[in-house]
Amino acid sequence: MSGPASMSLSSDAPVGDGSRVPAAPSRDDLVIDVRGLNKSFGDKHVVVDLSMQVRRGEIFGFLGPNGSGKTTSIRLMCGLLTPDAGAGTCLGYDIRTQSAAIKRHVGYMTQRFSFWDDLTLRENLDFVARVYQMDDRAAAVDRALHELGLTGRARQLTGTLSGGWKQRVARASCMLHRPQLLLLDEPTAGVDPNARREFWEELHRLAAQGISVLVSTHYMDEALRCHKLAYIAYGRLLAQGTAAEVIAAQRLTTLEVRGPDLNAFVLRLRGMPGVEQTAAFGDTLHVTGRDRPQLESALAAATQGGGYRITPVDTGLEDVFIHLMQGAADNWAPEASGRQRAA
Amino acid sequence: MRPAPAEGGHSWFSLARWWAMVSKEFLQLRRDRVTFAMIVGIPIIQLTLFGYAINTDPKHMPTALVVGDRSEFTRSFVAAMHNSDYFRITGELPDEEAGRRALAQGTAQFVLNIPAGFTQRLLRGERPALLLEADASDPTATGAALAASAQLVEGVARKDLSGPYAALAPSPPPFDVLVHRLYNPESVTQYNIVPGLMGVILTMTLVMMTGLAITRERERGTMENLLAMPLTPLEVMTGKIVPYIAIGLVQATIILLAARYVFDVPFVGSVSALYSAALLFIACQLTVGITLSSLAANQLQAMQFTFFYFLPNILLSGFMFPFRGMPEWAQWIGSVLPLTYFNRVVRGILLKGNDWPDLWPSLWPLAVFALVVMAIAVRFYRRTLD
Repeated sequence: MSGPASMSLSSDAPVGDGSRVPAAPSRDDLVIDVRGLNKSFGDKHVVVDLSMQVRRGEIFGFLGPNGSGKTTSIRLMCGLLTPDAGAGTCLGYDIRTQSAAIKRHVGYMTQRFSFWDDLTLRENLDFVARVYQMDDRAAAVDRALHELGLTGRARQLTGTLSGGWKQRVARASCMLHRPQLLLLDEPTAGVDPNARREFWEELHRLAAQGISVLVSTHYMDEALRCHKLAYIAYGRLLAQGTAAEVIAAQRLTTLEVRGPDLNAFVLRLRGMPGVEQTAAFGDTLHVTGRDRPQLESALAAATQGGGYRITPVDTGLEDVFIHLMQGAADNWAPEASGRQRAA
Repeated sequence: MRPAPAEGGHSWFSLARWWAMVSKEFLQLRRDRVTFAMIVGIPIIQLTLFGYAINTDPKHMPTALVVGDRSEFTRSFVAAMHNSDYFRITGELPDEEAGRRALAQGTAQFVLNIPAGFTQRLLRGERPALLLEADASDPTATGAALAASAQLVEGVARKDLSGPYAALAPSPPPFDVLVHRLYNPESVTQYNIVPGLMGVILTMTLVMMTGLAITRERERGTMENLLAMPLTPLEVMTGKIVPYIAIGLVQATIILLAARYVFDVPFVGSVSALYSAALLFIACQLTVGITLSSLAANQLQAMQFTFFYFLPNILLSGFMFPFRGMPEWAQWIGSVLPLTYFNRVVRGILLKGNDWPDLWPSLWPLAVFALVVMAIAVRFYRRTLD
C-alpha cells in the first residue's frame, strides 16, 4: 500500500535526540519507541512505566485483561493523551509535541465504533478522505467501498449497519489514508471467525508491505499470529517478545494429566506446594507451576492409587497469561469500586 | 410478581423500595453538580433580577437640555424635573440637531428644548410652551416620566409665580410642555417588543444548537475519532459554526417579515445595515454556544448552561424591561451581553432609521465580544482526551 518496506520513515523530519534511542535496531526501524510512560486519571495509575518498541513491518499484539490500560497506552502513543511522565516517538515524531504529524500518518481504530451513524457510508469515508486531504478522494472512497463489498450500500446510513459491517467500515476508514502505522483497539471483538481470518490475512499482507500494526486483542489464536507480543495487566507491562520468548521467560512447567474423575483430582491438588494453576481441557488437565521438582512431587502425591497418566507438555500462551495475571499486584484494588475509565 | 405477603404488606407499594429509590435520586443529585447549582441558582437569580433589577417605572432617565432662554423660571423648571426623580440632567447640547442625534444614539432618553424668549412670553401671559422630546421606542421607559412632566408645570407655576406674579397663575397653567414622542408616537408596545424578539430568538436557538454540537460528538464517541484525525480546534469549531450562520439568517428573515407584515412595525432604516448587524450578532451567539459546548461534559449540561446564559439575556438586555430602569449593577451586567447592543441596533434601525455613525457605538462591542469568546472557545477545546 504505501511504498516499499525499505523506504525510510517519511520525508518530513523525524525527530528525537538520539540519546533515548537504543543502538541495536536502527532508529529508522522503530515505528514506536516509548520509554517510561505514565498516566493517571485522578488517583488511578492507569499506565505505569510503559516502555516498548515496535519495528517497521511488525504486527505487535497487545494483550491483557479488561481495563488493564491497553486503550490508554494506545492513546498515549498516538498523541491522543499526554503522558504524565515519560517520552518517546511514534513514526519518529515526538509523542508530546508532534501529535499533529503523528495523526497524519497513523490509522487509529477506536474500540467503540466512532463514525457518524447519521452519515451514509460514502459520506463517512469521504469525510475521512477530506480530513486527510487526499488527492484522489473519490477514487480512494470508491476503492474502499468496493473492497468492502459495499458499493451497493454506499448511500445507506451507517447507523443501520450490523455490528460486523460497522467494524469493516471503521477498518476501511482508518486505512483509507494509507497510514504507515495502524493502531487497532480490539478490532475483532464480536467478529465472526471467518471475517477474523480474512482480517488477519489482510494485516499480514500490509505488514509485508512495511506497514506496522499495533493491535490489542483477547484472542489467543490472534496473539499467536502476531510477530511480537506484550502483556499488560493493571497498567504494568509484564512480558514482551515473541510468543516463544514470552513463554520461555516465565520458566513454567506444565504437566498434562489424564485419568478418572479429574474434578476430584483438582480438589486434591489445591493448596499443594508447587501447584500454581490448573486448567481443564476436555478430558485432560493441565497443571502448571514454576518449580518443576515440587510440581512433580505434588502430582505424585495426588495420583496415589489412581490410574493417572502424567506427561510433560509445552506451556501454552494462555497458561502464561493466566500465570502473569494472577501474579500481578492489583494496584487498583482499593478503587476497584470507583468509576471505571475506559482502558 | 410474587403475591403480597400474608402479613398484610402492600405489594404495590413498599416503603423500603420507595426509600431506596429516594436515596438513590438524592445520591445522584448530589453528584450532579450542575443540576444542583441550577436548583439553587435559578431561584436566587430570578429573585434578584425580578425583585431588584426590573423596574417598569424607571427613573433617573438621561435628559439633555437645549437651552435657548435662561431665567429663574426655566432654571426652576429644570430643577423641578430633576427633583421629580424621573429625569437626570446630563448636560446641555448646542442645538436641536445635536438633541436629535443624542436621541438616535440612545445617549439621551429625553431632550428638553427651551425656546428663546420663553420667559418674556411667559410674563406677557402668552402661555408659551417647552418642548420635551422623548425616545418613545420603548413606551414603558418613557410613559411614567412623560405623565410626571405634566404635573411639573403646575407645581412650578404654583411655587414660582407667587407675589407680584400671582396674577399669572390662573387655573389654566401659564405655560405648556409640548411632548414629542419620537420613533413610536402611538406607544405601540409591539414596536418595541417585536424587534427585540429577533435577538432573543437568535440567542436562544443558536446558543442551544451549537451548545449541543460538540457535546453530542463526545457523547456518541465520535469525538475520539475527530481528535485522532488531523483537524485543528479552530477547524472543528468554525466548521461546526458555519451551518448555524445560515440558520440564523433564515430566522432573522422570518422575524423581519413577521415584524413588517404581521405586526406592522415601521421599517425606517436600511435592510442591509440590519443584516450586517444580524450577522455580527449571530457570530457572537455561536461563539458562546461553542464555548459552552466545549466546557460542558454532556448534552444535558450544555442545555443547562444555555439556560443559565439565556436568563440574564432576556431580563437584563432591555428586551423585556427598560434598560434605564435597572439599577447600575444590573446595567453593568447588561452591558456585557451582546443582546443588549443588538436590541439597540435593531430598534435603532427599524424605528429610528439609524445609520452607521449612529450604530457604531453598539456594533463595536459586538465585534469585541465575538473575538474574545472565540479565543476562549479555542483555548478550552480539548485537543486530547485527557
